[in-house]
Amino acid sequence: PALGLFLFTIARDPLRIIILIAGAFFWLVSLLLSSLIWFIAVKASDPRDEPLQKGLLIFGVMFSVLLQEAFRFLYYKLLRKAIEGLVALSEDGCSPISIQQMAYVAGVGFGLMSGAFSMINLLADALGPGTVGIHGDSQLYFLTSAFMTMVLIFLHTFWGILFFHGCEHRRWWEIMVVVVMHLAVSGLTFCNPLYVGSLVPSYVLMAIAAAWAYLLSGGSAQNLRRFLLCK
Amino acid sequence: GSCQGNSVERKIYIPLNKTAPCVRLLNATHQIGCQSSISGDTGVIHVVEKEEDLNWVLADGPHPPYMILLDGNLFNRRVMLQLKGTSRVSGLAVAIAKPSPPQGFSPGLKCPNDGFGVYSKDYGPQFAHCNKTVWNPVGSGLSYEDFDFPIFLLEDANETQVIKQCYQDHNVPRDGSGPEYPLCAMQLFSHMHAVTSTVTCMRRSSLQSTFSINPEVVCDPLLDYNVWSTLQPINSSGKVDPEKEVIIVATRIDSHSFFWNIAPGAESAVSSFVTHLAAAEALHKVSDIHLLQRNIMFTFFQGETFDYIGSSRMVYDMEKDKFPLRLDNIHSFVELNQVALRNDSILWMHTDPVSRMNESVEVQVRNLLSILSDSSVGANVTLQEAGYSQPLPPSSFQRFLRARHIPGVVLTDHRTAFQNRYYQSMYDTPENIRLQYPEGLSPEETLEYVTDTAKSLAEVATVVARALYRLAGGANNTSAIQADPKTVSRMLYGFLIKMNNSWFQSIIKPDIKGILGDVPQHYVAVSSPVNTTYLVQYVLANLTGTVVNLTKEECLNPEKTPSSEKEMYEYAWVQGSLDPNSTSRVPYCVRSTVHLSKALSPAFELRQWGSTEYSTWTESRWKEIRARIFLVASKELEIITLVVGIAILIFSLLATYFINAKADVLFSVPRDPGAVAY
Repeated sequence: PALGLFLFTIARDPLRIIILIAGAFFWLVSLLLSSLIWFIAVKASDPRDEPLQKGLLIFGVMFSVLLQEAFRFLYYKLLRKAIEGLVALSEDGCSPISIQQMAYVAGVGFGLMSGAFSMINLLADALGPGTVGIHGDSQLYFLTSAFMTMVLIFLHTFWGILFFHGCEHRRWWEIMVVVVMHLAVSGLTFCNPLYVGSLVPSYVLMAIAAAWAYLLSGGSAQNLRRFLLCK
Repeated sequence: GSCQGNSVERKIYIPLNKTAPCVRLLNATHQIGCQSSISGDTGVIHVVEKEEDLNWVLADGPHPPYMILLDGNLFNRRVMLQLKGTSRVSGLAVAIAKPSPPQGFSPGLKCPNDGFGVYSKDYGPQFAHCNKTVWNPVGSGLSYEDFDFPIFLLEDANETQVIKQCYQDHNVPRDGSGPEYPLCAMQLFSHMHAVTSTVTCMRRSSLQSTFSINPEVVCDPLLDYNVWSTLQPINSSGKVDPEKEVIIVATRIDSHSFFWNIAPGAESAVSSFVTHLAAAEALHKVSDIHLLQRNIMFTFFQGETFDYIGSSRMVYDMEKDKFPLRLDNIHSFVELNQVALRNDSILWMHTDPVSRMNESVEVQVRNLLSILSDSSVGANVTLQEAGYSQPLPPSSFQRFLRARHIPGVVLTDHRTAFQNRYYQSMYDTPENIRLQYPEGLSPEETLEYVTDTAKSLAEVATVVARALYRLAGGANNTSAIQADPKTVSRMLYGFLIKMNNSWFQSIIKPDIKGILGDVPQHYVAVSSPVNTTYLVQYVLANLTGTVVNLTKEECLNPEKTPSSEKEMYEYAWVQGSLDPNSTSRVPYCVRSTVHLSKALSPAFELRQWGSTEYSTWTESRWKEIRARIFLVASKELEIITLVVGIAILIFSLLATYFINAKADVLFSVPRDPGAVAY
């Protein structure tokens, strides 16, 4: 799905491509910083202490989420400044791209990078002759990882839209909801290998976020009906 | 718990660390050993503990190819040839049998080193090809077969248990029908680069070395060094006077088994060279060495397992005048073969019946045999002749006989067939020579403990030393010549159980103390010198040399010191023993007559890679050797995953396209022109 989104909506406009890549980069930097913190914490602590390691991991994940959202905010600030520049450069006084479009593209950027990071090393190991399971993990590891990645990409896209909208209109509660949702989804992954516990709620949250973003972008139930009937 | 932060690879694979592969060796005409595909061989694990389990692999099992976990007791020729013939086997892992198979196990040939000894159709044809005596009747010749699937040895019983547990959990057939996916599988990597024969691989390697900037050599000849030392010092770079006679005492110091670098060689090699070292020590303690009429050369040949690499090279060097001695100098030859498993304390003396048909040789051989018998009086060793009807057993002496009819004798503990039922196998361990230590001893105590085996070998060493003294022309009473059982015991411990002990550490050079690994193996590898050669050299230097008062600079550069007589002696700076209270060692300089001589088959010097006269054994090169186990999924699951993925891809592309096209329908935004679409 991310490929489809990219191909049909972003690939044509070079400005969007730039925003996409920059968004991906921002996510990457946030991950780098958060992993640095986690790495230092792990090295400084006792590697044999299992609950401590697990606690450190949870802390690391939460910290990473907060850092990602912080970077999203930074990116928003950057894009705001960029709009002023684009307006100055344009001929008719208005920018070629709106903040909502930027929000969408930024979200896709974040999602793509996050998805790539989640899947690439899995794919590399999936190329070998073996599959997950010898230590008792579930056989469906690769499938569920793939679905989880997909839902995360979608979620990042929708959160981008919601987040920027909240920043635009100074509605801080929207931003808080995004952050809380992100924490919730990441926290749910700790339920693995009980995949029902992590996948199903994530998809439910994704549906909620999708609906909300759709409404914010100017859609409505009417439009949806017209669209479906027209088809 | 979940989410341990494991990498995905650790979730999938369990690596097997304590394994030994079977590698490919080549000679002039054949290749032997095992080969895997370049990206490893994978197969579903099946545990074979009795013969009936084989049927599942060969015929019934529904998921070929199989990777067999074979119990050590079933690792015999019949089973292996069955597995060789089928395509349903992709590899084999052998679990070492504890205790050793009681009926004996030897993957070597029934007639070791046949065709490279002295008996051929021109010389004693009735003895050639073991017509008269089969020396190794237990021999199955497995090591000399060519397998096209990898075979690994599982040395650690814990790893074997892990594999069996995985098999029990996933692969056991239930209710007669096949087991269900996911199945436990194993992958073995041991891709060998060399093929066909030494001729082919050396030709390819030499082409690479000549023409390529980055040569890719595919095989290496087996080579190492022989260790030799003389009782009276001789000029190692000059030539010895033709009138000066030398008695050569010889043993081999290497062994082999089916698997690479697993060669404990307790009875086949260690027993003989430890006895030899003890005899050398006893002789050096005699006071009138310099008055002896004849010199004695103690020689330790390396590579004898592979068609006499060391001894054929020494004979070649002697013939071509590249060695201080020549064949004319040799007065007689005494060789010690396997001597640890004596029955009723009898030691057999083997001679060559064909050369004894010559009168002058016969007289000298008789003299030699009588001196040996006289030396055994008073010791707990009975020497008996093997007789005219017996040929010589496989021994380095045969190579010398090929060149010159020298009077000589080979001492062994067997009259006809070997007493050693585990000749050249992984079961030729200290237990095979009844080396036992009481429980609960610390390593230091075990080092110093004198075992019965040590005492028995010391007796043999005493007899040999006394006989050598007499042979060399010594006139005094020989009762003072005694081999020290304590030294023998320490050497047995070091060469069979633990190389990294305090005695060995104190007698080696400071910069090579990293070589002392854990379990000693005596395989003549391709990088030289191997641990065994180093240690034999330094032990011999310690036992037969003298401590001299030189500083480190003088010891390492003896040519600068005027009185060092560098030609005659070798100087070694050894690190000395650890002071009990401190952590530093007191190094010192040892002067000895121990030298190394290159043991590379003359076939490689002469570039006659297809030679039938000299050994042409080479070992293939390889990149990686490892083993791991994991689960494999069924084909159905893989196809489902792929189809689902492709379906989602197509669906999402279509959906995105339609949403994009109808975006103005979906999104009515009065504020901004151009919403999500263009």
